[in-house]
Amino acid sequence: MAVAVGRPSNEELRNLSLSGHVGFDSLPDQLVNKSTSQGFCFNILCVGETGIGKSTLMDTLFNTKFESDPATHNEPGVRLKARSYELQESNVRLKLTIVDTVGFGDQINKDDSYKPIVEYIDAQFEAYLQEELKIKRSLFNYHDTRIHACLYFIAPTGHSLKSLDLVTMKKLDSKVNIIPIIAKADTIAKNELHKFKSKIMSELVSNGVQIYQFPTDEETVAEINATMSVHLPFAVVGSTEEVKIGNKMAKARQYPWGVVQVENENHCDFVKLREMLIRVNMEDLREQTHSRHYELYRRCKLEEMGFKDTDPDSKPFSLQETYEAKRNEFLGELQKKEEEMRQMFVMRVKEKEAELKEAEKELHEKFDLLKRTHQEEKKKVEDKKKELEEEVNNFQKKKAAAQLLQSQAQQSGAQQTKKDKDKKNASFT
Amino acid sequence: MDPLRRSPSPCTSRPPSPRTPPCEMLGHVGIEAVLEQLKIKAMKMGFEFNIMVVGQSGLGKSTMVNTLFKSKMWKSTLPGLGVPMPQTLQLQSVTHIIEENGVKLKLTVTDTPGFGDQINNDKCWDPILGYINGQYERYLQEEILITRQRHIPDTRVHCCVYFVPPTGHCLRPLDIEFLQRLCRTVNVVPVIARADSLTIEEREAFRRRIQHDLRAHCIEVYPQKCFDEDISDRILNSKIRDRIPFAVVGADQEHLVNGRCVLGRKTKWGIIEVENMAHCEFPLLRDLLIRSHLQDLKDITHNVHYENYRVFRLNQSHALPRGPGWVNLAPAPADLTATPGPWKVRWQAHDSSDEEC
Repeated sequence: MAVAVGRPSNEELRNLSLSGHVGFDSLPDQLVNKSTSQGFCFNILCVGETGIGKSTLMDTLFNTKFESDPATHNEPGVRLKARSYELQESNVRLKLTIVDTVGFGDQINKDDSYKPIVEYIDAQFEAYLQEELKIKRSLFNYHDTRIHACLYFIAPTGHSLKSLDLVTMKKLDSKVNIIPIIAKADTIAKNELHKFKSKIMSELVSNGVQIYQFPTDEETVAEINATMSVHLPFAVVGSTEEVKIGNKMAKARQYPWGVVQVENENHCDFVKLREMLIRVNMEDLREQTHSRHYELYRRCKLEEMGFKDTDPDSKPFSLQETYEAKRNEFLGELQKKEEEMRQMFVMRVKEKEAELKEAEKELHEKFDLLKRTHQEEKKKVEDKKKELEEEVNNFQKKKAAAQLLQSQAQQSGAQQTKKDKDKKNASFT
Repeated sequence: MDPLRRSPSPCTSRPPSPRTPPCEMLGHVGIEAVLEQLKIKAMKMGFEFNIMVVGQSGLGKSTMVNTLFKSKMWKSTLPGLGVPMPQTLQLQSVTHIIEENGVKLKLTVTDTPGFGDQINNDKCWDPILGYINGQYERYLQEEILITRQRHIPDTRVHCCVYFVPPTGHCLRPLDIEFLQRLCRTVNVVPVIARADSLTIEEREAFRRRIQHDLRAHCIEVYPQKCFDEDISDRILNSKIRDRIPFAVVGADQEHLVNGRCVLGRKTKWGIIEVENMAHCEFPLLRDLLIRSHLQDLKDITHNVHYENYRVFRLNQSHALPRGPGWVNLAPAPADLTATPGPWKVRWQAHDSSDEEC
């Protein structure tokens, strides 16, 4: 049965005017309702030295006390600690995961400091890729652990970026959205801050570090994003303690010389950070992670494994084809190895058997030899015994003969003596 | 709420699924702004919807589509004199972009003229199944590329509206055969076409008999019972399931009734108003398809039907022996009518206990 499908090409798409209210303008609401019932995932990675204020900033940002123990400075290496929380605001459920770098910048030799971080990020991409490549997969309720935003805490030296910072950021910029922030900004005076910021930005640009660009293509957010971008990197102060200011309580840090208010835009850029990170660009951060960083990882990983896309001459290769082929290859190799091992084992067994047989033979020979020697000895002994017996016989015979002779001699002697005696007697007479 | 998955190893590689009790936030953080961000993004990207209408010719499919989307999707097909009936089943697609209040929708309607019109209608569902599976295949090929597009164009059929002729008796063997095969591959919404030839009582009786037939043959039409997520969904969907199949009338001409301009069919004995719930159930169909369940239709197509197809194709390639060179994603079979079988992918961890098949 012939099937003809008349499909217009893309150029023929035309806008159609509606003559009444159809009702699909509720579509965005339908979409949002679906997403709300599923909940959102958001994962933040905090990179910075020990004691720079990462945990405090997270507490301040999300208005919660995430329980955590402050880390020591004795860590032998950089370790990543991830904790997940579930937050709810009105009808939005957020699964928040905060990943901390414990021990960053504490070692004497910091050459490998960036490696655990990169490995962690890659591991999350890998987990997602594995899920995506499964045959029976369930992506719609997959707990997404890929890092959506990386807050890089810069120490407030007032001069410039440390080389550790540059190296780490360079390694991370193609894998994650980096938002640099200046921590403990209440230790820098305002004029120094301005110089510090421009120095940092120019260093980042000259070293080719790609930090996260707030999107400016959407009219609703373009303006606010553009104005905020000017203030990068945000100089933040974190505090969970409240101080009475005027007639209300506000989060602040109290010093003998004054009070630094966290949410005061003149004092620090905390409000800007919160706006940008959560209220304006959270969805964009998630999307960039998925469509740019994850796709890049996926492409690199698959090309590394030897897959290619369509070959223009032959039939289009597909991922599954090559995967299947590789799998068969691998299984074949596995079988070959198994065969080899089996053969080696058999050979070894044979060798051992041969050795044992040899030993057995030797033993037998020895035994035979011994037996023979023994028999020979026995024969010799018997011969000797016979000889001895013969000798004894001879001796006995000789003895007997000698005795007979002696007795004869004695008799004849006696006769002789008698004769002699007789003669004598005769002579006498 | 989805069951939160338990990760296998809690060590350095993956953080554990959140099992901690929810944290209390002491003040407003602004997380709910993410909903607004989502909306803006969705509106910018636009939506896609693909619908297929299946039924014998003369049941008013084209008119129904025009009425649903209040525009001339295509001219109503009136068979001209001397024009022969199409000898083969031909699928025709037409795509339009419609916009309402800033929301852009790329709508594709696929018509199936010639369905059920031949004398021997054996296997007339094959081209339709082939088309649907072909769209899944296209999406699958795009998805497994190494360098893939940011947004894969979605041509999969999200909903298939099946027009049942208003005989008033029960489902015909052709209907049953078709529905059985299709409900496993795509979301099917059966409607009673040209319902103005049935009285209200006849409609109800017809509907009950159709529902009975559907249950007897294990045909699960949309909204499927096994995909209800929670109690409120179930209540809402049970109400809809009670009224399926909707008795609809299509019309694209306006008439004056009591001073109002309404869409309707004018007959000698009165004007049948399309949007009047007392006359026909068109508003229910429209609400289901467009106003309330459009996103749900797309989600079920993507998460269930497409996944089933994918599982089926990947398992196919594993079963093949290794041939020369690269083998094994078997080239898309020319005859894509093999249906994957009963749903293997479940939306929720629990199975409804009152399923029959």
